[in-house]
Parts: sequence; C-alpha cells; structure tokens
Amino acid sequence: MTSRHDADELGFFGDFGGRFMPEALVAALDELTAEWEAAMADPAFIGEFERLLRDYAGTPSKLYHAERLSAQVGARVLLKREDLNHTGAHKIRNVMGQALLTKRMGKTRVIAETGAGQHGVASATAAAYFGLDCTVYMGKVDTERQALNVARMQMLGAEVIAVDAGSATLKDAINEALRDWVASVDHTAYLFGTAAGPHPFPSMVREFCRGIGDESREQCLEQFGRLPDAVAACVGGGSNAIGMFTAFLDDEDVKIYGLEPGGDGVDTDRHAATIWAGESGVLHGARTYVLQDEDGQTIESHSISAGLDYPGVGPQHAHLAKTGRAQYLPVTDTEAMDAMALLARTEGIIPAIESSHALAGALKVIPDLVAEKGPDATIIVNLSGRGDKDMGTAIEWFGLGRSNNEQSNTEENAK
Amino acid sequence: MTAKSTASAFARAREEGRSALIGYLPAGFPTKQGSIDAMRVMVENGCDVIEVGLPYSDPVMDGPTIQAAAQTALENGFRTRDVFDIVEAVAATGAPTLVMTYWNPVERYGVDKFAADLAGVGGAGLITADITPDSVTGWDEAADANDLDKVYLVAPSSTEERVAMTTANCRGFVYATAVMGVTGARDSTSDLAGPLVARTKATTDLPVGVGLGVSNGDQAAEIAKFADGVIVGSAFVRVLAEHADDPAAGLEALAVLTRDLAAGVRR
Repeated sequence: MTSRHDADELGFFGDFGGRFMPEALVAALDELTAEWEAAMADPAFIGEFERLLRDYAGTPSKLYHAERLSAQVGARVLLKREDLNHTGAHKIRNVMGQALLTKRMGKTRVIAETGAGQHGVASATAAAYFGLDCTVYMGKVDTERQALNVARMQMLGAEVIAVDAGSATLKDAINEALRDWVASVDHTAYLFGTAAGPHPFPSMVREFCRGIGDESREQCLEQFGRLPDAVAACVGGGSNAIGMFTAFLDDEDVKIYGLEPGGDGVDTDRHAATIWAGESGVLHGARTYVLQDEDGQTIESHSISAGLDYPGVGPQHAHLAKTGRAQYLPVTDTEAMDAMALLARTEGIIPAIESSHALAGALKVIPDLVAEKGPDATIIVNLSGRGDKDMGTAIEWFGLGRSNNEQSNTEENAK
Repeated sequence: MTAKSTASAFARAREEGRSALIGYLPAGFPTKQGSIDAMRVMVENGCDVIEVGLPYSDPVMDGPTIQAAAQTALENGFRTRDVFDIVEAVAATGAPTLVMTYWNPVERYGVDKFAADLAGVGGAGLITADITPDSVTGWDEAADANDLDKVYLVAPSSTEERVAMTTANCRGFVYATAVMGVTGARDSTSDLAGPLVARTKATTDLPVGVGLGVSNGDQAAEIAKFADGVIVGSAFVRVLAEHADDPAAGLEALAVLTRDLAAGVRR
C-alpha cells in the first residue's frame, strides 16, 4: 500500500499533517499506528474488512450514469452511489474499519464526534454490530438541526452528548471527544470521523474509504472503457473526497475537484471554505489549513450542511491543494441547494446537502471540461450520502411540507 | 530581571527543604488588569512560579473551569500581544513567569518573534500543552536562542523512552500530568503521580512539577512529599470565577487559598 502519496513516517504530507497532540495521547496514537499498520498487513483483517463491506455495508456501491441530468448539462455525469450504502453514506466504510480495529485491539468502548450525525449514526451502527459501548459527541447546535439522527443513534444504543462549548458545532465536538479520550484511552478507541486530526487518522481514514475511488475507477473502465476526465467530491474534513481521489492521483489526465462549503459566499464571513480562505496552522493535532484570525484563534465556520461545517481540513487535501494536483473550489449554500433540487427532479435521487455541494461544483466546471474534452466529457461525482437527514433543512429552504393547494391558497391570500 | 529561569525558584525551595508552589491563571481573566492583580496576589501569598495561560479557542486539555475562563478572556477582547504586558507585570515581582499555551497562537504570532518578545519582557519560558519535543515546531531553537525554559509534559501513559526523550529536551522543570484527563480540581489526588515522578526523576536532574487536580493545602502537602513542585490551576480560576461580581473579595479569597497551598508545600 506504499505509494508516493502516502504520509512520511511522521505523518506529514509535504508541509501538512504530523502530530501536535498532548503527551497523554501520544502512546495511544503510537499504539493505534502500530496496530493499524499490522492489521493492514494481515490478510485475515483485510479479508474480514472486505467481507463486512460487502455483506453488511452493501458495497461496491453503484456507479450510475445519470442520463437525464447528463442530457441537461451536456456532459456524461456518473454518480458514485455511496448514498445506497447501509446507514446512507460513505461513512460506514470508515467506521467498520475502525471498529474492526478496535475489536482487534481488545478495547470495549468507542467514542466519536459528529456534525450532521452521519458519522455518529455510522459509529453507533458499528458499535451495535460489534457489541461495543458507544458515546457520540455532537455540537448542541447540530443536535437541534439534526434531531432525527440523534434519535437514530439513541435507537442504536449510543449515548449522545450535546456539547455547549465554543461554537457548539463539529470542532467543539472533536475537542470534547479528545478530552474524553485522554481520560479513557486504556479501554476506549476514538473513531475519528474524517481524514483529519493527528497521524495516523488522516492516513487510516483514507485507507478505509479508498474503496470509493478504487471501485469508481474500475467501474468506469468496465462500463465505459475509459477513465473519467474528472472526479468531484465535497470536502469538509474530506474523508469521502480523499477516498475518491486516492485512486486517481497517479492518473495525471484525470482532473480532481474538491468542493468546499462556501456558505453565504467566500467574500462574507459566513462560510467554511478552509482551503480557499484559510491559512496554515495547527488544529486538532495536525498542521493544515485553518480558518483563523490573526491571533490564531479558530474562526467559527458556517455551512448549511452540518457535515461540512468545519474550520479545518484533512492535511492531505491541504497538500494536494498546495501542489496543485487537486483544485478546491467553494460552492455556496444556494448553489448546493439548487443542485439538490435539480438531482431530485431529474433523477429521482435526493442527495445529502454535503453531496449536493459536489454536484453543484461539478456543474460549474462542466462547461470548461466540455470545452476541453468535447461532448463525451465524463465526470464522476461522489454522491457521498442521501438526503433524508436533510429534509428539515430542505423544508425550510424550499418552503416544502404543505400540500400544493394549501401553498397556493396562502399565496392567494397574501395578494 | 531578577529571575530568568524557573530553576532559581526550585533551587530556593529546595534549600528551604520544601516543594515549590506553581500557580496558573489564564491571561485576561477576568480582565487584563484583573489577571495581573490576581497573579500578583498569588506571588505575594506564596506562589514561587507563575504560569500565565494564553487563552485559545480550542483547548483540548482544559476542563470546563479553565475553558470557560479562557472563553471569557477572548470575549473580552484578549489578544496574544496582551500576554506580554501581563508577563512583564508579573515577572516584575521577581517570580519566574512562564506562558502556558496551545501551539497555534504561538505559530501564528511567529515562533521566533514570540520567543524574543517573551524574553524581552522578562518571561522565563513556555509550557506547551499540545506539542511534544518531537513535534515539528522550531520551538526548541527559538527558546535556546533566547535563553528560555522549555517545559514539556510527561503523562502516566508515557513510555520510558518518551519520558527520557521529553526530559532530555526540557529546560527549567518537567511538568508531570498526574492524572489521565483534563485540567480540573479533584477531590482526591491520583495514585498515578508518585510512580510517574519516580520514573521521570530516573531520567533527569531537573525538578519535576506535578499538575492537574490539586485544590487545597492537604493535597499540596501530599504531592509535595515526592514532587519538587506542586502546580495548581483550576482551583485558583474557580475562586476568581465564584467572585466575579466582587473582584476585591475574589482577590482576598485567592490570597486565602494561596496561603493554604503555600503552607501545604511547607509541611
């Protein structure tokens, strides 16, 4: 599994990554690194991981040619249907890998942080499957906007702790989970939710998610006899994106697009476009791009998608951006919601708002791609999750939820 | 400056046959001047060394008491540059004064500039909560160039190799975190402290301070039996927070607590 894109032995991807952590956690990170490397070299572990993904998580996920959408936008749009996985997102790949590793290490409890709740639900699912105790930390703001996912986690037997500190969102949930881990590390594993944090998490999460890209590459070759011209994925911390990108890093002709949450716009102070607008710093144990003020205090991020609302980003993404191998572009809340509606109405697929960012970004780059590659230009968009969890936001955004005659009556009365 | 390195304070305590008392407060809490007043009270009543905490938005090692205080300081407009004024005022008392910080604010300020400015106001050095000597930071070089203490942490989970590596890179003293967990006053001190101090002392002649959890003279006396320094943070912060409406009463309560702790390290 060694490639020139792997982190060095200190966990650095070029200038980014590494380990900036309290000494109390270093032994745990060393243990995790050693156990993970041993597991990845163990055919029995790999075999069990692959069996779990196939039989339980439902992968390989489909690579679906969205023909009506393609006709509308004038290029071949392929959707990697991670939304069809068990629990409705790519997250299940990562947690089944980490939970299997937890069992191998003999630990009995897992903790996790979650923004939108997808990683929390996946973690609670894996914990239930493996018979592990599970505590999930979630920003208080997020528990309110993702109440359905809180209920799902509780249904699965997990304890959900609302975090009121700081901005009460994902970054604060990570802080709280790290605090828990310092005190419980002898029997607890931290199922990190994204390809960020201290070494080995960025590498480990990438490897557990890399099936997204490996499958896509193989499926595209098999179905269309060629590689795509581009791949696109949304980037909050960046686990689904790095899972997709890894397979294509050596395919120099394949353009790679990471789409960041642009919120109200990157020219406002309400966004979470970390690579676009952040600067190099240290957050949550890694050197990466961080949204920060001139004193190095983290700036609260904003995105309509709780799952992307994070002021840092995985260090390998920072490296890919700096070296130019991948391009990272912001997508506003409005653009993402428009893409969500477009996919729902052209293909009958309601994507997660996270994934809607990827689609919206793809729509923006398609004209240039077609200009360069012609009408057969092919782009794979990672549909990292399904939109059920986001219907509350969609109801509010689009004014849904009332019958159409009620809506028109209201409009009549308003006139 | 009268006291450049914390070594002098530890040496004096050792001559007196006791442990040193090290007190922590966040800079800018409850206000910039309020924090200076409080730290001066701590020195006047028996703290040998002062740790000035640099408030940070994402303090993964801090418990709720210190996090809330740091948050208050930031909401009141604390800026990194304010820490140098505070260090200057506290160091003027003669007590070695260190800054305890998370890394990103230092890096953002500029590692070399931070070291130079800290030395320039008479600061003794830096305690780094979220970096270890093997993190890639450039701090060692900057500290050495400015004759500053480098205080790294050891933990109960540290391997023998890591304890040795850490103490070899420390200057001033070694910070032993006595419990696995975040900062915060506790009812009983940890039975992990003694063995950790013994393991640490086996690798170095530097003084070893024990932190996390001490809140009264009895606990301080217990730790002082085997440690060169007793570090107290949350208990001081809590006293100030409890008297938020009456700063004078807060300073008086702080003096009482400091005297209790100072008596503890002398038992």
